[in-house]
Amino acid sequence: MIPLYAAHMRQAVLTQFQYRAANYFYMIGMIAEPVVYLVVWSTIARAQGGSVDGLTPGDFAAYYIVWTLVRNMNIVLTPFAWEERIKDGMLAGQLMKPVHPIHEDLAGFMGWKIVVLLLWIPIAAVLVVLFRPTLNPTLLQGVVFSFAIWGAYLIRAIMQWSLGLITFWTTRVAAVFEAYYLSEMLLSGRVFPLVLMPKWFQTLTWYFPFRWSFSFPIVALTGPIKNRDLFIGLGMQVAWTLVSIGILYLVWPRAVRRFSSVGG
Amino acid sequence: MAADPRRAGRIRLTGTFLRIGVMNEMQYRINFFLQLVQSLLTVGTGLIILAVVFSKTDDLGGWSRPQLLAVMGVFTLVGGVIRTFIQPNMQRVVNDVREGKLDFALTKPADAQLLVSVRDVRFWQLTDVLVGLVVLIVALVQLTPSSNWQDLVAFVALLLSGLISIYCFWLMLASASFWLVRINEVQELFDGLFRAGQYPVGIYPGWLRYGLTFIIPLAFAITVPSEAVTGRLAWQSVVVMIGFTIVLLVVSRWCWKRGLRRYGGASS
Repeated sequence: MIPLYAAHMRQAVLTQFQYRAANYFYMIGMIAEPVVYLVVWSTIARAQGGSVDGLTPGDFAAYYIVWTLVRNMNIVLTPFAWEERIKDGMLAGQLMKPVHPIHEDLAGFMGWKIVVLLLWIPIAAVLVVLFRPTLNPTLLQGVVFSFAIWGAYLIRAIMQWSLGLITFWTTRVAAVFEAYYLSEMLLSGRVFPLVLMPKWFQTLTWYFPFRWSFSFPIVALTGPIKNRDLFIGLGMQVAWTLVSIGILYLVWPRAVRRFSSVGG
Repeated sequence: MAADPRRAGRIRLTGTFLRIGVMNEMQYRINFFLQLVQSLLTVGTGLIILAVVFSKTDDLGGWSRPQLLAVMGVFTLVGGVIRTFIQPNMQRVVNDVREGKLDFALTKPADAQLLVSVRDVRFWQLTDVLVGLVVLIVALVQLTPSSNWQDLVAFVALLLSGLISIYCFWLMLASASFWLVRINEVQELFDGLFRAGQYPVGIYPGWLRYGLTFIIPLAFAITVPSEAVTGRLAWQSVVVMIGFTIVLLVVSRWCWKRGLRRYGGASS
């Protein structure tokens, strides 16, 4: 399995590196989102005399700049891709291979991340100069963060891959995916740091996978977070990865049985 | 008093294409409801975010809650118009250039820019316009002092002018595909930057404010019309906006023509 992943990753790196302009378009479009949130919350913090619920403009800057890295890490195959794959019969070829087709996607996106990380560095540098984040992570936080971003990727990748399989039953999937995305926006910490939300809302986020692929890795690095919560977070990531694999195992065989293609 | 036959022809051509587009979409009526659900979900999320923001503060950069609600309405409405008329056409140009299929539009006797701008209509995306209008009306009812009819006239005029400038911007983006091979991501770029329009550009730091005004004309398409409808408009903005829209019309036309000269189709 490792040579397979290495091969797919190498291929993705070589391909994506050819399209630097396209990748930069993609990343600049993506970065507009956190900058909007950052400006809104910094404006509020300043108007409230320097902080909102203990968060200063510098804290918000740290949150949303780390956000850009985490967001890059958890970009995965869009569930909309399935429509094309099924329609074109491209899936027929993938099914012929002796390994589960999810591996190709997981490895491909992992390879792409390496390119994205390199391209991200100058963007992050500009954001740091513009917004002056306050960021003092401990060594442990740094280490946990470097694992948590990959955990975030795995959860989101497998969840969305499984979600996309709905396409095998109906092609009118856009509304379902939209509902999923919007729940993610609110429950993940993507739009606002979860500490700004009421207690009941924060409790609610524990019952969804979203928090563990957004808020947790960010807060792991920016803090404030207790050492104990760092490990609980990693544990939750493992748990949600297992849950998403479980869902995949449940849905995939049923989805494939519904698939037929020309020549298949 | 005979009308200019070429101009009449253009209007008829646009009308025909729009009618075909609508007829195409009418085949999929259930999509209207699905699209409506999506629009409602999106606006619902926006309302929740707005509620969170205003649970921590009473005004955002000098904008009150109903005023920001109006901005959200205009943002949704403008987004709907863009996704109905502008984006599908421009996206198709980008794809056609890459696949060498733009020939089909170029070999027709009508003006190529006009043709590529009216070929596609995503009629059901108008649900966003509908929902945006409702949000805007709700905001206007809450607004004190309420807006008068002059405000509304100014709003409609500025909105049209703003939409024209967005069209020009998209045309320039699409023209870039003559030079850059793969720019499918251009849509992601636009969608991402467009989000910034959810809030009045005045809250952004200077460099970003100028960018969102003169590079991506979001300020003109969303903020300025919103200022008009909430009675915050300064006449200077109107003058700058109209001047800038005219400049954009000329520049985008020029970019398109320059791009066409670089184009080599699949058959040439």
